[in-house]
Amino acid sequence: MDLSYTPEQIAFRSEVRAWIEAAMPLHLKRKAEGPGHYEQAEVMEWHKILYAKGWIAPHWPQDVGGTGWNIAQRHIFGEELVRANAPQLSPFGLGMVGPLLIQYGNDAQKKRFLPKILSGEEVWCQGYSEPNAGSDLASLQLHADKDGDDYILNGQKTWTTNAQYAHWIFVLARTNAGGKKQEGITFILADVRNTPGITVKPFLTTGGTDAFSETWFQNARVPQSNRVGPENGGWTMAKALLGHERTLIGGIAESRRWLRLCKRIAAATAVGSSSLLEDVEFRRRIARLEMRLRSLEMVQLRTLAAAQLGRAPGPESSILKLVGTDVEQEITELCMDGMGHDALGWLDSPPEALPEVERGVASLFNYLRAASIYGGSNEIQRNIIAKQILRLPTA
Amino acid sequence: MNFDLSEEQQILVDSVAKYVKNDSPVERFRKQRDSERGYELEAWSRMGEMGWLGVAFPEEHGGFGGSFADLALILEQLGRGLVPEPMIASVVLAGGLLSRLGSADQRKAFLDPMIEGRTTLAFAYGERQGRYHLHECATRAERRAAGFAISGEKVWVLNGHAADHIVVVARTSGAQSDAAGLSLFVVDANAQGLTRTRVPTMDGQRCGLLRFENVTVGADRLLGAEGSALAHIEWAIDRGAAAACAEGQGAVQELFERTVAYLKERKQFEVPIGSFQALQHRAADMYAETELCRSSMILAAIEADDDDEEMRKREISTAKLQLGRGGWYVMENAIQLFGGIGVTDEQDEGLFFKRLRVLQALFGDADWHADRFQRLPHFATQD
Repeated sequence: MDLSYTPEQIAFRSEVRAWIEAAMPLHLKRKAEGPGHYEQAEVMEWHKILYAKGWIAPHWPQDVGGTGWNIAQRHIFGEELVRANAPQLSPFGLGMVGPLLIQYGNDAQKKRFLPKILSGEEVWCQGYSEPNAGSDLASLQLHADKDGDDYILNGQKTWTTNAQYAHWIFVLARTNAGGKKQEGITFILADVRNTPGITVKPFLTTGGTDAFSETWFQNARVPQSNRVGPENGGWTMAKALLGHERTLIGGIAESRRWLRLCKRIAAATAVGSSSLLEDVEFRRRIARLEMRLRSLEMVQLRTLAAAQLGRAPGPESSILKLVGTDVEQEITELCMDGMGHDALGWLDSPPEALPEVERGVASLFNYLRAASIYGGSNEIQRNIIAKQILRLPTA
Repeated sequence: MNFDLSEEQQILVDSVAKYVKNDSPVERFRKQRDSERGYELEAWSRMGEMGWLGVAFPEEHGGFGGSFADLALILEQLGRGLVPEPMIASVVLAGGLLSRLGSADQRKAFLDPMIEGRTTLAFAYGERQGRYHLHECATRAERRAAGFAISGEKVWVLNGHAADHIVVVARTSGAQSDAAGLSLFVVDANAQGLTRTRVPTMDGQRCGLLRFENVTVGADRLLGAEGSALAHIEWAIDRGAAAACAEGQGAVQELFERTVAYLKERKQFEVPIGSFQALQHRAADMYAETELCRSSMILAAIEADDDDEEMRKREISTAKLQLGRGGWYVMENAIQLFGGIGVTDEQDEGLFFKRLRVLQALFGDADWHADRFQRLPHFATQD
């Protein structure tokens, strides 16, 4: 066991910090002062800056575009991005379908898709959930029927986050209606913008933003060469991908941001002639959450260190999702508490009524109610832990 | 960055685990609950022979030059069997201070025999009015011609009822609540004027209530510099907290595993109760808390050796809070899931529950550590 930083790693941190400081455009830095809600164009602008530097996919193998950094360097890099409150990149390409293609894709698919995920030319979204297949994902109904060299897709996906910005979607489709429902699912890539029959419709969330979409497929024709892995073999890959997703969507790095935001809000919130950051009881509440987050960061580091040694993220990554989203929600609730009567404000409250640092906090707080639901609800995560780790019997 | 145990650490863990399984299962502790001392000198000397008492001391101090993390790994395994010998009092607290501050003569007289398992030590610091505040000290050491005369009272002294030598905190100057003016002395158990009352504790162990009435010690019993002991006391108590997290982790892990096994075996309504989703979800939350405890404990054990005082305090407070909240969640639910038998003395579950509750109350509880955390300088820097 050795968790200390070497002089090289400390120098690496300085290098990363200096680079971010120099590379981040002024208008993004101004946004970083607030809750850090960035528009899609701004996220992609930052994506391309990282890509140009060669730092877009530190977690990918070096021969397909990774940085070749070790776990400590990746951790340091992540910490510095959070420290700068830089835009968070979309996880669907870099974090999900990319690693999946690296593991299961054929050479043609890797050559076709990976470079454009890295460059940001192609944005991805995820077609998993359906109106009648939420927690029971394997009961999905969107079906892909063979026709010559193509599949014809019919059905509906929902919660397709950022589909309105996406060029491509990865879809779980039913290719066999008989037998065990998990065994009739195929993993297919579809061009959202150039496939007749695919329609995307964003909807408003309670956060006041259109983070999610619904996506319809009506006789959408997709070449069979866009299938990843074998026909009816999609479920294994879907689960592997959910494993990758769970290491990301615990929002642990984000919680670090919200925690800093919480302290900034408290420092800016006047209580008589003092500030809320002087209030011992409020400080203790922040401290308890910061300490819990710290423990969770260590669980994450242990998971990452295991991954570095070639062990795939196992079911224990469920903890990151389960506790991580809980902490994320608690911290944003504490931000709201810290705002006091400013918590009445909304995205369109005028600046003279709502300070900039607090704008978007209420939206974030509302949006993050989804955190304990998406990526497999926290109840599903508990089922996974109970069955796959603790091996408790089924009813 | 590497979380895997080194080969030496793995060998150490395996040998302690084997000892607990074969020679010190919970039944041995049960027998000691009725004894006067509360533990066995024979077991202690065996630990000395096996080298466990000296693991974390430098080689030039008679130890093996290992890290605090090595010691934490031992404590974690001992926690699984509720091993009652006074590792924390003797090795971590008093031993740690003797190694850090002692002269060659003092180490030879008090540290060496302890490392060999021939004697045990105690650290007497807490007072009635002090709660967890380490600077609170009404006990005084007055200068005498040949040395010092110590008068005062120390409460809940771990191994204070049985130790051969006691490191005691006494004020050589200043008022009761001053940070400056604290000094450390080594007092023999049979010193004239020292009264020791054996105090049974909730977890079936014992500690001491110590009264010093003009206990005279020579100047050679002053440990470290006169009047500036507070930082060293804080250091020792922090390591005590890290040690409590390590031992507590063993207890939490053990009881968690026993609970999961019970969920698979106990049947009601003709099925194993572990098939009920309400209980499965509780078990899943217990698993998450156990892992959080383990992660924070590892970091705390590593930081216990850090010269950076703020880093040490941050990580140790984090682990102690996690043990006190998350570890406690595991304990409470374990008892609940065992049902009625969980509250019988005949079953082991309650013993783990009580031991963890005692560890929670030692070296600063969860609230105290949360409060200390928010007072650290880094807290307001927002980084």
